Amino acid sequence: MSTPSDVVVLPSPSPTPRRAVRRLAIRFGDFPVIPTAILLAVALVAIFANQLAPHNPEIGSLTARFKPPFWQTGGSMKYILGTDQLGRDVLSRLIFGARVSMVVGIMAVLVAGVVGTVLGILSGYLGGWVDQVIMRVTDTWLALPALTFAIFLAAIVGPSMWNIVIILGVTYWTRYARVIRGEVLSLREREFVRLAVVAGCSKWSIMARHILPNVVNSAIVLGSLMLGVVIITEATLSFLGVGVPPPQPAWGLMLSDGKQGLMVGYWWLTVFPGLCIMLMVLSANLIGDWLRVKLDPQLRQL
Amino acid sequence: MGRYITRRAGYCLLSLFLLSLTIFFFVRVTGDPAALLVEPGASAEDIAAIHHQFGLDRPLWVQYGLFMWTLFHGDLGQSFYYQTPVFDLYMSRLPNSLMLAAVAMIFSLIVGIPSGILASVRVGRFWDSAGKMFALLGLSLPSFWVGLVLILVFSVYLKWLPSSGAGTPLHLLMPAFALGWYFAAAHMRLTRSSMLDVLGSEYIKLARLKGLPEALVIAKHAFKNALIPVITLAGINLVIMVNVAVVVETVFAWPGIGRLLYEGITFRDFPVVQGVVLLGGAMIVLVNLLVDILYATIDPRIRLER
Repeated sequence: MSTPSDVVVLPSPSPTPRRAVRRLAIRFGDFPVIPTAILLAVALVAIFANQLAPHNPEIGSLTARFKPPFWQTGGSMKYILGTDQLGRDVLSRLIFGARVSMVVGIMAVLVAGVVGTVLGILSGYLGGWVDQVIMRVTDTWLALPALTFAIFLAAIVGPSMWNIVIILGVTYWTRYARVIRGEVLSLREREFVRLAVVAGCSKWSIMARHILPNVVNSAIVLGSLMLGVVIITEATLSFLGVGVPPPQPAWGLMLSDGKQGLMVGYWWLTVFPGLCIMLMVLSANLIGDWLRVKLDPQLRQL
Repeated sequence: MGRYITRRAGYCLLSLFLLSLTIFFFVRVTGDPAALLVEPGASAEDIAAIHHQFGLDRPLWVQYGLFMWTLFHGDLGQSFYYQTPVFDLYMSRLPNSLMLAAVAMIFSLIVGIPSGILASVRVGRFWDSAGKMFALLGLSLPSFWVGLVLILVFSVYLKWLPSSGAGTPLHLLMPAFALGWYFAAAHMRLTRSSMLDVLGSEYIKLARLKGLPEALVIAKHAFKNALIPVITLAGINLVIMVNVAVVVETVFAWPGIGRLLYEGITFRDFPVVQGVVLLGGAMIVLVNLLVDILYATIDPRIRLER
């Protein structure tokens, strides 16, 4: 991207390659490289967890319980980041935990995004009683503290990874619905929508072909900001014992297990999973902030 | 004004109705509530008895009517574990939660307001970026992890503070910090944007033209007006704090409402879980109504909207 030869030169208004580079630099110069690299790395780790993990994450050896990381006395290179109360390798559990966080995070954001966007468009474009009903429900659900609501749902549905995806989707769609509805309200007064009406397009095709493409940007920005929230909520649910069920290695669950060894000073069981959560959420938030400024200046007040 | 309040109160009632409907619906649809209402290991006859006792063999709308009827009488059911009414349990824990939330709120304001002002006065410079980073960290760190690390540092290694429980003011410090951390970031962000709004206004320009020293302009003229939205948010957040303290209270074994909810989950004490969620939602809906009315009283323009 930095060498001029890579840049596609547009024919008019005859920008020299150097100018094109400068334009790219202005547009993408503040691209959050490190956060993107971190998220990509986590994604790769999640995909290749089977190849990368040195040990089985769910089976430990009871003779090797509470081993510290390799640089502390008593630690060894066999268990680089130490072992937990069942003698399971912390590094391997972290690696497989990345998979849980990634899958839950992305799927939950998708579920919430699709439901919220569809309802937001319906509410904003159709108006009338549809709008009234959808917005009353949205307001009520927004008023509930999301975390308590998610805990409540998780407690009655029972713990499983896919249940958590649904629960988070059900909890967080309201934020999309509110923002998207607002956008649609102004979009539907625009010329191109009116022209489409005059041209005889049906309501449904206007919503699908003219409104939807114009709100996708906002949905993407919201999604990237929601990713962090969703990952933290998943970790919280797992920590409380209503999230991902025990043998599976989720970061929140590891923190919950680590609580037992905390008072005796087994710090590695608490510090490492938390650092993973922090790195991932911080990266997602930084990318989300960048996208927000680039894609949708109107959302700055969010 | 009267019409406005009536309409807002109407929305509020509607919200409460939808809230009860949501909770009722989820409990009934996602499985047999009898299975949640009996203690684990109950026989089939016991479950059938529960079915009849709670009217679960009747049509859904009758069930909902009964559910609301008991609710209106302030009856949230009986806790299995404690064998006392859920409402009494809730009320006995509420003071602890309020105390924790109050201290966390004071902390978040002490941190959030000055740093927000500093960031707004130095827009785009070092302190602004530092504040932005701090806010991002506040949003990115799970509060229970902050709590665990605090325990590790201050209880396990330094042995300065007690790791859990309640009783002395020292017990309050770490949970309040862990809970207030996230809100400090939120208060900082709002203070900053609110200060920026005010600093751009005409009367601040006038104050500067008069030749007032900058410190006086910021402290006396800008700060006072910029504070209004922050105080409003703080009021709402206080109620939200009481309701999101579950994890922090669990980590520090603080005997508040959040801890009650956690106990409800671990002991499969379903009436407690349902009661805590219902009361929490109702509390927030009511506070929102209160804020709406307060705003309409202060600013007459709001009454004409919608």
